[in-house]
Amino acid sequence: MATITQVQDVAQNEYSKHGLTKEKLEEMLRKMLIVRKFEEKVEELFIVRGLLIGPSHLYLGQESIAVGAMMALEHDDLTVTTYRGHGHALAKDVPTNLCMAELFGKSSGNCKGLGGSMHVAIYPKTGSLYATAIVGSGIPIAAGVGLGLKQRRSKQITATFFGDGACNTGAFHEGMNLIALWKLPVLLFCENNQYAMSTPVKLAVSSPSIAERARSYGMETVVVNGNDVVSVYVAAKSAAERARRESLPTFLECLTYKMKGHGVYDKGEYRPRDEVAKWLERDPIATFKKRLLDQKVLTNAEEERVDAETQQEIEDSVKFAMSGSPLPFHQIMNYVYAE
Amino acid sequence: MKELTYADALREALREEMLRDPTVILLGEEIGVFNGVYKVTRGLLDEFGPERVRDTPISEAAIAGAAVGLALAGMKPVAEIMYMDFLPICMDQLSTQAAKMRFMSGGQLNVPMVLRTQYSLGRQHGSQHSQFTPAWFLQVPGLKVVLPSDPSDAKGLLKSAIRDPNPVLFVESGLLYRTRGPVPEDEYTVPLGEAAVKKKGDDVTIVALSRMVNESLLAAKKLETDGISAEVVDLRTLQPLDLETITESVKRTSRLIIASDDVKRGGVGAEISASVTETCFDYLDAPITRVACPDTPIPFSPQLEQQYMPNADRVIRTAKELLGK
Repeated sequence: MATITQVQDVAQNEYSKHGLTKEKLEEMLRKMLIVRKFEEKVEELFIVRGLLIGPSHLYLGQESIAVGAMMALEHDDLTVTTYRGHGHALAKDVPTNLCMAELFGKSSGNCKGLGGSMHVAIYPKTGSLYATAIVGSGIPIAAGVGLGLKQRRSKQITATFFGDGACNTGAFHEGMNLIALWKLPVLLFCENNQYAMSTPVKLAVSSPSIAERARSYGMETVVVNGNDVVSVYVAAKSAAERARRESLPTFLECLTYKMKGHGVYDKGEYRPRDEVAKWLERDPIATFKKRLLDQKVLTNAEEERVDAETQQEIEDSVKFAMSGSPLPFHQIMNYVYAE
Repeated sequence: MKELTYADALREALREEMLRDPTVILLGEEIGVFNGVYKVTRGLLDEFGPERVRDTPISEAAIAGAAVGLALAGMKPVAEIMYMDFLPICMDQLSTQAAKMRFMSGGQLNVPMVLRTQYSLGRQHGSQHSQFTPAWFLQVPGLKVVLPSDPSDAKGLLKSAIRDPNPVLFVESGLLYRTRGPVPEDEYTVPLGEAAVKKKGDDVTIVALSRMVNESLLAAKKLETDGISAEVVDLRTLQPLDLETITESVKRTSRLIIASDDVKRGGVGAEISASVTETCFDYLDAPITRVACPDTPIPFSPQLEQQYMPNADRVIRTAKELLGK
């Protein structure tokens, strides 16, 4: 019988037990800062400087989920993510320069400027296999990737990411059923950021919780504080081990919150102010940084160095992106069919 | 040459490709234990086991989605969707995912999958189990669409589809499964994207697809006795579309009929007609004319269905009208 486990936040004195060395913790902070600063820069490029256009779904406030999850995976494990994918891409080691160039629609982007913001997490070289812009559609695809890896007797596993909104689509249910039925080594990260566009979970999900739905498919399910990178990491690590050892899926409902609205132009004003304020206090980066400093895992000087280095990486990526050019139009034909 | 049914020719293609390439796997509803609703996959479960011939729940979106994922993970899935009418249930995976992946990833991803399906017009399956909707997929760049009309092409085209690095929609005709025809003994493939001139002629070109190729060949034979020489072009592949073979023929005959089992409005004939007009306007001696289905859902009543379906007689009448005979 599958169970739902409410994961407690990992206490600081247990970090070493989970193999979290100073280097690893610093890497977590660094990666979260890259995502945060990337998204803040994107917002500036859209709204202040008017250099970027089109839909762009920021990952602000959810950095801890992609970073915690990806660091628990091996480099060659495969991910299937979504249009809110800048964070997934960066956490799965898609080079920052390529991501920024993709957002600018330049041929120097990882998708040659043909994909854009919603597909920036497509970079199979680092295992960032696919990102879909259709809500829910990644889950059956992840089932297929998981099945393929299993039949090839590969040690690799698959992780898929989606929001609370995906859980009401048919593709979610059909995909969940196959993954559970065929015992596929797939990790399902449901990033419950409380709103599907502007619709709150309680107006969209009939069951008592999203986790309850996963359990009903006979899937081991954990509910974790998605704003705590270490808790996500530990839960993901244990799920990944089960997937590799026993070829079994795990559903991880990660509770979190969008710091901003649905897309870069949405201010999220439909949300109660006190709710927003409460979640902003739980900012995954500010709280993690404070813990590392309080516990003297990092010194102030070290923290400042990481901050400066990540800021520089983002500034450099904008320069890289702006120096590129789009594909010559006649070349787009070359990408429709493989020879 | 040996003689095989259309269904057996398809099975030979599946079996040979599975023997040739261990990454080829089949998935779909009722394809294993039940041997396939039309017995195309008969015996394959026994020969290749349940990992390579995988029965699925009734879950079309997941079947197509899993096929996409399998292809991304290095396998060559051949998924079966029981009726063409069920394709809309998995349209997202086919049209919005598989077909666009290579393009929007800037060439990083390939999706070598085949989605087999069939349409059952003429088998009294009613409105929701009969329709032939190939033109929908003309609006989906990135997808290949294949429609064999005889056993030899069925085998050769399916083998090519499985070896192709792109997503291929492979549409069979339910009425043709039991038809027989010559099939080469030796290993062969039929390339995708090449129409075939199935009968030579000088007075009128009949471009046909799937089941209507056979009706058009019957029509051409009868027209011959009336002194009309009709050329029959079997499209075989709708995407890529072999316009060259069509226009080469039309330039000689100056008349074009397009015969297909889809609804006339916005159908395959409309696209071919427009394309031919763009390149052959000066060669045409008569309006390009379509022989297709009326703009209604398919009626169940066998008598009504027979009147609904295009057939050889309608092709003959149309050809005579175009030639003023």
